[in-house]
Amino acid sequence: MSAIIALIAQALHIALMLAAAPLLIGLIRRVKSRLLGRTGPSPLQPYRDLQRLLRKQPVLAGNASWLFAAAPAVSFAATLCAAALVPSFALGMTTAPLSDLIVIAGLLTLSRVVLALAGMDIGTAFGGIGASREMTFAVFAEPALLLVIFTLALLAGSTNLDAIATLLREGSLGLRVSLGLSMVAVVTIAIAENGRIPVDNPATHLELTMVHEAMVLEYSARHLALIEYGVALRLLLWLTLIGTVFVPFGMGDAAGFPPLWITGALAWAAKVGVLAVGLAVFESSIAKMRVFRVPEFLGIALLLGLLAVIFLFVSQGFA
Amino acid sequence: MNTAPGVWLSGLAAVAALLPVLGLVAAAGRVRSAYWGMLLLCGLGVVLCAGFLIGDSAAASLSVPIGLPGAGILLALDGLSAFFLLLLMLIGTAAATTALDDDGGYAATSPLLPVFVAAMATTLLAADGFSLVLGFETMSLASFGLVLTNHREPPVRAAALLYLGMAAIGGACLIPAMALLVHAGPAGVDLGFAAIRGHAPHGWRAIVILALVLVGAGSKAGLAPLHVWLPPAHAAAPSHVSALMSGAMTKVALYVIIRLLFDLCGTGQPVWWGVPLMVLGAVGAVLGALRANIESDIKAVLACSTVENVGLIAAGIGLALAARAADLPALAALAMGAALLHAMAHGLFKALLFLGAGAALHGAGTRAMDRLGGLIQRMPVTTGCMLVGAACLAALPPTSGFAGEWSLFQAMIAGPRLGGVVLQMLICVVALLMALAAALAAAAAVRLIGVAFLGRPRTPRAAAAHEVGYAAQLAMLGLALLSLLAGLFPGVVLSAAAAALRQTVGLTMGDRASLLHISPQTSTTGYSAPAIAILLGLAIAGVAWVVRRRAVAGHRRGPAWDCGFGAPPAWLPFGDPITQYGGGSFGQPLRRALGVVILGATERVDMPEPGQTRAARLVVRSKDPATALLFQPVIRWRGALSAQADRLQFLTIQRTLSLIFAVLVLFLIVIVLVEQL
Repeated sequence: MSAIIALIAQALHIALMLAAAPLLIGLIRRVKSRLLGRTGPSPLQPYRDLQRLLRKQPVLAGNASWLFAAAPAVSFAATLCAAALVPSFALGMTTAPLSDLIVIAGLLTLSRVVLALAGMDIGTAFGGIGASREMTFAVFAEPALLLVIFTLALLAGSTNLDAIATLLREGSLGLRVSLGLSMVAVVTIAIAENGRIPVDNPATHLELTMVHEAMVLEYSARHLALIEYGVALRLLLWLTLIGTVFVPFGMGDAAGFPPLWITGALAWAAKVGVLAVGLAVFESSIAKMRVFRVPEFLGIALLLGLLAVIFLFVSQGFA
Repeated sequence: MNTAPGVWLSGLAAVAALLPVLGLVAAAGRVRSAYWGMLLLCGLGVVLCAGFLIGDSAAASLSVPIGLPGAGILLALDGLSAFFLLLLMLIGTAAATTALDDDGGYAATSPLLPVFVAAMATTLLAADGFSLVLGFETMSLASFGLVLTNHREPPVRAAALLYLGMAAIGGACLIPAMALLVHAGPAGVDLGFAAIRGHAPHGWRAIVILALVLVGAGSKAGLAPLHVWLPPAHAAAPSHVSALMSGAMTKVALYVIIRLLFDLCGTGQPVWWGVPLMVLGAVGAVLGALRANIESDIKAVLACSTVENVGLIAAGIGLALAARAADLPALAALAMGAALLHAMAHGLFKALLFLGAGAALHGAGTRAMDRLGGLIQRMPVTTGCMLVGAACLAALPPTSGFAGEWSLFQAMIAGPRLGGVVLQMLICVVALLMALAAALAAAAAVRLIGVAFLGRPRTPRAAAAHEVGYAAQLAMLGLALLSLLAGLFPGVVLSAAAAALRQTVGLTMGDRASLLHISPQTSTTGYSAPAIAILLGLAIAGVAWVVRRRAVAGHRRGPAWDCGFGAPPAWLPFGDPITQYGGGSFGQPLRRALGVVILGATERVDMPEPGQTRAARLVVRSKDPATALLFQPVIRWRGALSAQADRLQFLTIQRTLSLIFAVLVLFLIVIVLVEQL
């Protein structure tokens, strides 16, 4: 019985993530518009954009291979798998034993690598420039992410996200310097991984400053819809991840009383909403940096991650 | 199964003995027969190793009355050697299959190829110091000959010479290490491993052995800073030889490290023994992975990635060594299991990638990344196999590369249990470097596939590429299938390594590794590759279904959008291929961000003056720090020393005579002094 309820929670979770992802993008755009003194489009605009894209017929470049046509679906599926593994409103869902942080990072890498390969497939300069930069940023983001995972695993004794969140929700670990440092590191990594300002500008129209947009420049119609949806889902995934690990309060139990899920869902919406507004404010108050400054930006995350681990070793005498 | 443990060993010894005969057959001109024979023998070897491992048979030994007078050769088969032999025989089968496809270009390698495999098998089967060294050095010499296949090209000769020099250094360290290990009892010197195990070294002798093994076997494995021979040699050798060298030979060297440090040096060594392996491994991993983003030859890229993966495996071995010494068998088993899993995974996918690079060389006529491109259109099977290999290389779930690196990271994350703040911080930094290497490898994989196999053809030759023959395709498909299976069922690979783990660290992964699941702890959480694969498959199917139902079907073809650039001129039917990203441009951000510091990369733009019509040139240079910091100083010292020694040749007759007299007197004094002691 509890297994069935856990499965229901899992299905609800996936449905919620899929449903909320475009709204998140719409919300951020709306807040940014307001901060810039514009009214901005409705938060529901991303849904309409997706529908519009689905109504069109894609145009493929003459030399596009099967890889180019298959990449958006694979990339989106990998992001969806990763999103399924990051609990939003309830812990202990069906996929809880699988929700290893390194696996989640691996699935996100899979999603990125597939798109980068597709960017190289047509053989245009912009696709190459985007793929090259996307992979370069990941080179600096992933070690920092591993350090954060290292810290969390030392505290919780496991790299399993569900186990970590369960432990942190109990609050028995208390406030820790390492957790704070890790949180700043994760936020920095999330900004880079999602291609937000100051690393990349998702709204840019100048090709030379594009990273992710340049990589997917050749895509249209349903392919582009999948890619944009995947980008939205990835952002929601990261915000959910930050909320689940560092603010795990209010989350329900998949095996527990289903009505408690509603409070969990509300808490999740509040967490993601606050983070989204924070992201919008941060993006409005900062300029995009040069591509070659990004390694320095991510170097901060790396250093904070390293400091977090060292603090843990020194303070705890961990053995 | 357990009734006849000697059967497997006898069979494998027969395989190792018959392979050199095939070398003679090939030398007599029967090249195809030799390759068929090698294919059958290696296939038989796979069956024998698998039989031994599945039956979990007891270790067996065999004495062969050839070799040293009075001693003979002692062979033994246990879990550790069977695990590595299985990998060797799998790659040997694939290499022989590939060679069947083309006896024109590959014919020159035919006499030495079976000997090379036989030498590696001998090293793995050896149960005494003599046969180990014999196998190891024969392996070096045979592979030297194989590297020299295309000896008319000067870079090949230079690469082979560098390789021979490094092999000589390796031999000069491995033989003394063996000599220090053997115990001279009252009954004379016993070279057998059983006798060595009875008298494990300690004190300074053990430390010297550690250093000698790290240099001797480490140089062959491609452990930093002795990895400099690897990229040129692997690029110079024919591709099926590179597959064997990269997939199997580096693993044989790692086997020698494990055999000597874990088995023969006994369990009484201190914790810090693992540190050099961890540090050198992590540093080598980053160096190799970074260079893989800069090299412009596809086989050199793969060779640099071999340096990276050997580094990762060595770090795992080092952690296992430290954990065993600290009496943490569960951690030691995790680290060693991870190292063995990644060794198997890397052996398979790197052999696959080298065979694929050979196919590209065969089909498009070049190894230079910037002369390839668009092979996915003309070589679909090769590109498909390369994609599988590159996914493993980039450690994408659910491939075998991910399973290996996931377990290695789990071991590192559990590493701080060793205690001691300094060691803990060291492990943390090692894990950081390993993550950096893994991310760099992903970038290198995208660069390799994206530049060489995707995009538009950069040369007419690449545009007219043709698929390789069926045998070569079969070899690649087989390795790709094995890689996928190893990725989906890493627990099976770990249970094949169970006997090796029991033997080296005294504990297996136990219920932490099952068919569906591997776990760092004895709990339900962990990595389940089949589950992730099913999840991924369901997601892809679901997405495809929804898109099919909701979106407009079909597609149109048109010119590439490329931000509105015009259609290419008629004299460049594929567009100007130079306008796409190449190997140099793809690696440029990393070259600037990391290469300047680590590799001393420099860029110089040679811009023509206004009015001149010549083209601008970009000159990029980078140098491996091992060359700059270790080899060049050594070469300078050697030059200075020989210049000094040269002066002795031009002395006057009186001075020469007095020098000889002085040396004689000195010699006598030393003898007297030694006798006084």
